[in-house]
Amino acid sequence: MGMEGIGARVARKEDKRFLTGKGRYTDDMVVPGMKYAYFVRSPHAHAKITGINVSAAKAMPGVIDVLDGKQLQADGIGNLICGWMIHSKDGSPMKMGAWRPLAVDTVRYVGDAIAIVVADSVAEARDAAEVVTVDYEELPAVITSVAALEAGAPQIHPEAPGNLIFDWQIGDGAATDKAIAEAAHVTEIEILNNRLSPNPMEPRAALGVYDEAEDHYTCYTTSQNPHVARLVMSAFYNVAPENKLRVIAPDVGGGFGSKIYIYPEEIVCLWASKKTGVPVKWTSDRTEAFLTDAHGRDHVSKVKMAFDKNHRIIGLKVDTIANLGAYMSLFSSAVPTYLYATLLSGQYAIPAIHANVRTVYTNTVPVDAYRGAGRPEATYLLERTMEVAARELGVSPAELRRKNFIRSFPYQTPVIMNYDAGDYDASLTAAMDAADWNGFPARRAEAEGRGKKRGIGMSCYIEACGIAPSQAVGSLGAGVGLWESAEVRVNAVGTIEVLTGSHSHGQGHETTFAQLVADRLGVPLASVNIVHGDTDKVQMGMGTYGSRSGAVGMSAIVKALDKVEMKAKKIAAHLMEADESDIVIENGELKVAGTDKTLPWFQVALAAYTAHNLPSGMEPGLKETAFYDPSNFTFPAGCYIAEVEIDPDTGKTEIIQFVAADDFGNIINPMIVEGQVHGGLAQGIGQALLEEVRYDEVSGQLLTASYMDYAMPRADDLPSFKLSHQNTPCPSNPLGIKGCGEAGAIGSPPALINAITDAIGVEITMPATPLKVWQALQSAEPRMAAE
Amino acid sequence: MAKVTLTVNGRTMSSECDDRTLLVHFIRDKLGLTGTHVGCDTTQCGACVVHMDGKSVKSCSILAVQAAGSTVTTIEGIASQGELHPVQAAFNQHHGLQCGFCTPGMVMTAVDMINRHGGQLDEQTVRHELEGNICRCTGYHNIVKAVLSANEEMHGASRQAAE
Repeated sequence: MGMEGIGARVARKEDKRFLTGKGRYTDDMVVPGMKYAYFVRSPHAHAKITGINVSAAKAMPGVIDVLDGKQLQADGIGNLICGWMIHSKDGSPMKMGAWRPLAVDTVRYVGDAIAIVVADSVAEARDAAEVVTVDYEELPAVITSVAALEAGAPQIHPEAPGNLIFDWQIGDGAATDKAIAEAAHVTEIEILNNRLSPNPMEPRAALGVYDEAEDHYTCYTTSQNPHVARLVMSAFYNVAPENKLRVIAPDVGGGFGSKIYIYPEEIVCLWASKKTGVPVKWTSDRTEAFLTDAHGRDHVSKVKMAFDKNHRIIGLKVDTIANLGAYMSLFSSAVPTYLYATLLSGQYAIPAIHANVRTVYTNTVPVDAYRGAGRPEATYLLERTMEVAARELGVSPAELRRKNFIRSFPYQTPVIMNYDAGDYDASLTAAMDAADWNGFPARRAEAEGRGKKRGIGMSCYIEACGIAPSQAVGSLGAGVGLWESAEVRVNAVGTIEVLTGSHSHGQGHETTFAQLVADRLGVPLASVNIVHGDTDKVQMGMGTYGSRSGAVGMSAIVKALDKVEMKAKKIAAHLMEADESDIVIENGELKVAGTDKTLPWFQVALAAYTAHNLPSGMEPGLKETAFYDPSNFTFPAGCYIAEVEIDPDTGKTEIIQFVAADDFGNIINPMIVEGQVHGGLAQGIGQALLEEVRYDEVSGQLLTASYMDYAMPRADDLPSFKLSHQNTPCPSNPLGIKGCGEAGAIGSPPALINAITDAIGVEITMPATPLKVWQALQSAEPRMAAE
Repeated sequence: MAKVTLTVNGRTMSSECDDRTLLVHFIRDKLGLTGTHVGCDTTQCGACVVHMDGKSVKSCSILAVQAAGSTVTTIEGIASQGELHPVQAAFNQHHGLQCGFCTPGMVMTAVDMINRHGGQLDEQTVRHELEGNICRCTGYHNIVKAVLSANEEMHGASRQAAE
């Protein structure tokens, strides 16, 4: 089964339905009697609600009902929560302000939901929403994290004085200060990580269906983790007990983190379905998505990196302010803490690290995990600092990195993480070779002859993936365990269904998970089906994020397959009158080793279900489940190199080449892994060159609320990528997988900015738009502009 | 209200709709062909591209009543008798799709692009022509590969047929 098993470039099983228009996304769902919802949202960044009048709206054509937050509260629907507890360094718990699914007395960002209109059509719901009158008493707003911490800033939540959610630290402050004091050289830099909107192409949607006869709810929704959604909606929002709530995440059109969270809309649609007696469907439009999908990044940091006289890093001190927006989203507290500061050692042996992180409320949409989640922020900070340090010290960026690489494993960093395996020299060397690093000076000279500015930059990233193990994350404040589940059902004819708690929204699980089974049992790929995304079909699972589906989700399948294999071998041994330990599984057959006795796989499966002749005491059937909890995070790492050419007349950056050399551990399907890297790189390059969420800093209006204003990477903005792998197997899971979903977005921004600053000779912030680059060039070389 | 009749994927179809109904909503909600998607509100993303009278159009920028009497092909209509169109096959072979949401628009744009350029396509042209279609998953790398490969396949085949 080498053609279809582990390591094969198998074309995806799920493609046909997407290519022929038969994908089934939430907005495609139609149920009898279904009606449409539109949300009334705040046009103000910060205001008190003094009155809501819905009578005119209720009289509009096609309107079934208009419901507001007071009714929701009266029905006992709970507030939204953040599921990861962080304590400040003084020991106090984070200050979580109330987030009502529909605002009752105060709105805190433009887009905050106030009421839901249910009508016969979307157009009628929208028309009616326009005549809902809400009286506001406007309050001053604060948009940036730095301004939110200033004395006298507008107060957003009474629970959080000074808008401070927590003031947290990690590492050894005294040791780090000592290292800085004794350093031969200290590089100091301020780092801004721009705010982004995840922008999966499928907008969020929810369809709530209440069945009065059964007192049962079904929620179709665009979720990366339907089981977590069910748990949270039951346990915290009091929508319904878990046994009365089914959550289905059908085909989901991308997530990138933004579809992890449980948002107000799915809760309100479920509640509104019961209230109105009709199924209620809401589909976000794109502007609504910009206004309400959780944003990513938005850090402001100060960095000091201390070197000894031999250019070894002896200390790193980081002070970060992270903007969490108007409310604490589901995992928002974990992103700028345990997913960020624990990666500040990068690929380097740094004896002393200290990071202080303050998180703040602002009158902006909540900020949470977006592809990479904390790790891009850590990588950008470190790799920009390394580059600036190399320039200050007058050494090559590659040599400065090599000098400080960690080379022996396991390696315990001063910031919790225990790196298990890696070879950072290998990826750096591979990337430099692929990019012809040594030939760069000639290429630069050639470009200069044409009046263009060339630059080259690198970035050596590390990330912690496979977000788990449960005990570890629990000790750090997580409200949930982060294992994964699998169920392998062998049918009587030998075909197989695998039910997984992972959720595929583009990652190709229906193919890679089936490859694993085909490889293990030697059965055809076509005989294996992967089932996911429905809480009525699949047992409790944790979902897909943090590059965890391979390392954790597939490992759970391995554990279930172990049990299936053991039982199948017992049956085969019994039928062939052999010893169980002599049975091997090869090419879809169970064989007695060293003999010509064999039984085809389907015959053993059939025997399990006819149960006419099973070993004494054995239960019939061939179906096993497993819950897998890994022993450690995984640590993908690699080196990215960007080469750019800048037109000094326009400031436009052209990417000449982009090289990615990654260590993802073992790989199931190289074609799918490459696709994940391509997509991650595009998002990272988007952050570096194009994308930025901008609010008006006085009014709090979102200025980038459509694709006319928010620059998404287009085909024309990107090159084809050069990829390679230098894999070291991961020792902490049975497949040796590290994960590949986020690397591209983590490693690429600093490589690009290092290349651009190399080309123009001055510092620049992301996104390095043509305007910014041109302005930077004018400040660096004012005479050129005058010429 | 207006009654709109058009030919979609070879079949004549009629439905009543609001005057303000966009062609994309008519196709999705009235005709039940949900392969054509809506990814933005500003005619930028291209998830809604269909062919109208042989040309690719963004069905979010046309009223259903404007399309009355025309011949429309959607993503559901380009495979024949279970056989994928060469562009669909190339997207599968080269992993030109991940979440699948932008895919129908990408495929319809690519078919039109390949038809218009008479075999004369290179990477730069493909990237430029894809300006009106946004994909967030693939970084376009494999989409470009798939379009170039389908172009070879389609024009190689037509050259062979002509010989």
